[in-house]
Amino acid sequence: MIPRRMAATMLAAGVALGASAQSSPEAEIAKYREALAAGNPAELWEARGEDLWKQKRGPKNASLEACDLGKGAGVVKGAYAEMPRYFADADRVMDLETRLAHCMVTLQGFRFEDATKRVFGAGTNRSDFESLAAWITSEARGTTMNVALAHPKEREAYQLGEKMFYFRGGPHDFACATCHGESSKRIRLQDLPNLTEKAGAQLAYTTWPAYRVSQGELRTFQWRLNDCYRQQRFPDLKFASDASIALTTFLARNANGAAFNAPAIKR
Amino acid sequence: MADPMRIRAAERDGVVNVKILMSHEMETGQRKDASGKIVPAHFISKVTATHQGKTVLSAQWGTAVAKNPFLEFNFKGGKKGEKIAVTWEDNKGETRTDETTIN
Amino acid sequence: MKTRTSATAIFVGIAAIAAGCASMSDQEASQKALELMKTSFSERGQAKLDRLDQDETQKLCSKPPALELSKEVATRIEKANLDSIRYPADGMLLGDWKSGERIAQSGIGKQFSDDPKLPSGANCYACHQLSKAEISYGTIGPSLYNYGKLRGTSEPIQRYTYGKVYNSQAFTACSNMPRFGHNAILTEQQMKDVTALLLDPNSPVNQ
Repeated sequence: MIPRRMAATMLAAGVALGASAQSSPEAEIAKYREALAAGNPAELWEARGEDLWKQKRGPKNASLEACDLGKGAGVVKGAYAEMPRYFADADRVMDLETRLAHCMVTLQGFRFEDATKRVFGAGTNRSDFESLAAWITSEARGTTMNVALAHPKEREAYQLGEKMFYFRGGPHDFACATCHGESSKRIRLQDLPNLTEKAGAQLAYTTWPAYRVSQGELRTFQWRLNDCYRQQRFPDLKFASDASIALTTFLARNANGAAFNAPAIKR
Repeated sequence: MADPMRIRAAERDGVVNVKILMSHEMETGQRKDASGKIVPAHFISKVTATHQGKTVLSAQWGTAVAKNPFLEFNFKGGKKGEKIAVTWEDNKGETRTDETTIN
Repeated sequence: MKTRTSATAIFVGIAAIAAGCASMSDQEASQKALELMKTSFSERGQAKLDRLDQDETQKLCSKPPALELSKEVATRIEKANLDSIRYPADGMLLGDWKSGERIAQSGIGKQFSDDPKLPSGANCYACHQLSKAEISYGTIGPSLYNYGKLRGTSEPIQRYTYGKVYNSQAFTACSNMPRFGHNAILTEQQMKDVTALLLDPNSPVNQ
């Protein structure tokens, strides 16, 4: 792989000479990413999410503004950088999406099954979770990742998440580590972050949620894990399941110390 | 109804830079759904931007523009505090207008 | 093949710090993680929950690379997987490289989103360079460009190549590569076609 900075230099040289013939696939991809970064449609989801957070909804006709994301009721700023975390009121470690579902149930009076009917949006059928997560994570942009593992259940989630990361199964024998256990690898032309190293874990985790240009949708970390497991040939990872939270805890903790930088934009 | 646009307009040295994000499916009419049926074309066909009621940009669009389009342009003569309005119209006749204040 | 450093002690140290003093034993954690997964996945399409039931090889290979496989365990894995290889009854190992190229390009098969009635691909290009023409190739596995040109098409090479596609772990314990024959991802004819893609002198791999 060509280091990012070198790819950028090559790109500049390519432009200066007007010679696209000598441009590498990596440089072309760098050029494409640069073009994308200008206007990130994730903002459309952020705007919807902020509205949703404040809207009175559900059988109890309540907004989510009293939802405690871990830093006190209604505190959104920076909350995502400390999640997943243990919530005493639920006696459970929760990631953002799980906590939002919890608040929809407890504050707004939705049944869990109704609240989680559409967790991944498709076109005009939007997911409230994707919009809410877009806004809430945007309120953590620039915050330093700090998943504390202060509670024993958080430490247990981390340990089990690590086990899941290396768990090989299914007809293809794939684990998360198959693609994300070594540095400087790619699948087809797509760079693969090494999630077992600090730099790779930080770069990957701090850039989700992301607007996926190929889908025209904003996707959250729950989607990221679900779709990785689909490609691993595993069954369907349940939304807000304990395994999804454990694996998220492992990956989020490994990103500690990095500045959170999402919603991002990806291919 | 379609979701609102996100519009930013900033004036510097007499030039106003306008950035617009639009929420639209922009279906090309070339794709097929899971059952093999063509997904009908649905795209923004016309975009107009006005400054204090006077048109500063007018564009005709087709299916080559991506979903959730981003548009950026500059024009001369705008001042801080003045209004920019943007309207899109799609091939089904649906339309949406949003406005913002230059800062 | 992956180089394994013997950083066992360091790794255990990191895990202990991260997990704190109340940590479970490694075996308890494995057991608990499996129980957690069993309740956290749901069956969908062709992907049933039995996909979480590991065979001996998968179990032994579910460890961080820092925990080095002992030579004895590696040999045991390779022996068991070698014994699983079934060569075609007709003795023919080389199929049609053109079909092999299509199989190498295709990444569908076995996902819950895939139609189980359609044949699976091998998705070789996801991890390997094969031909000069295809620039969209991955680097998880080694480049196989000129694979046959470098090795020739002798019978032992044919048998090794077919066997490697059938069950990669017969030759490299805990290889990242799927065991295409062993796990019935590809049919016998498809494996012959992929073998031909690698070995046939007319294949783009060997130009």
